[in-house]
Amino acid sequence: MVKVFIYPTTSLILSDLVARFGHTPLSAALQIREHIQTPGLESPPLQITPEDPKKGLKWAAVEVPSGVRGRMSLYGPMLEQAEAAIIIHDADFSFGCMGCARTNELIQFLLRKRGIPVLDLRYPRTEEEGIEFVAAIKKFLNELAGGGA
Amino acid sequence: MTEYQPKYVNTVTKYVFVESPEMTPGDLAIRAYEISQGVMIKETCFGLQITGNEDEVNAIVDHLRKFDPAHIFVKDRGFPPGDSRRCRANLGGARPGYFGHEFEISISRFISKGLVELPKRDALAEPKPPEPDGSAKLDAKKLRKIIESVET
Repeated sequence: MVKVFIYPTTSLILSDLVARFGHTPLSAALQIREHIQTPGLESPPLQITPEDPKKGLKWAAVEVPSGVRGRMSLYGPMLEQAEAAIIIHDADFSFGCMGCARTNELIQFLLRKRGIPVLDLRYPRTEEEGIEFVAAIKKFLNELAGGGA
Repeated sequence: MTEYQPKYVNTVTKYVFVESPEMTPGDLAIRAYEISQGVMIKETCFGLQITGNEDEVNAIVDHLRKFDPAHIFVKDRGFPPGDSRRCRANLGGARPGYFGHEFEISISRFISKGLVELPKRDALAEPKPPEPDGSAKLDAKKLRKIIESVET
């Protein structure tokens, strides 16, 4: 069983398929859960605190907008844990603002820089593509260590 | 700045989506209640949200999946149900994150088809997944050709 980074990090389909085929999906929910279950100081009452952009400095330079650094404080630890990744490229809903778009580019760059196995896909648009989509994910996951569940 | 005291510490929340011709979220909720022992189950328009001890939530999810494996989809959720930072009862409008779910549920029928057909497929057949569309940016070599063709 390996830890598989999924992009979009909120994807229901990827999260489900990775878990279904016996691996651990690294999704945004896990980091957000850890954030909101940790006592501390909160202002404003959201999952990102003023401390997070400082933590994000590990993955993005100080000139980079704080929105990107704040997001990287969530995604950065997962990028470091990831042993493989599945990326869907046409996820329009993951582009909420420029911060998201730049964070998304940085995530993909850092994943490729790590040299881990990466599967690039787009969402299926027909039933035939759906069959190939699921088959490709299963084959990719089976080839990882501990795969074949 | 106020001190933050988190609720539902050491619990997990999971979404269970059902997009099936044979099961409704109500059916799923009844099945979940049958075996739940103290977890919080919230029925929604798309399925359930289950919050509680990780082992117990996973046991319920595994139990539910068996009823319609190809049409039930599960993912983690960071916030518990009803959290004032996310719940639309406090914010108005769609909950942040809803649009992603709405989009992915609209194509879940293709995934369900894939899950149904997968066992019938030749195990050695090479998958031909939908490849990402190329970049919309103009290729530098192509630009050079255009410039050269205009200059000559």
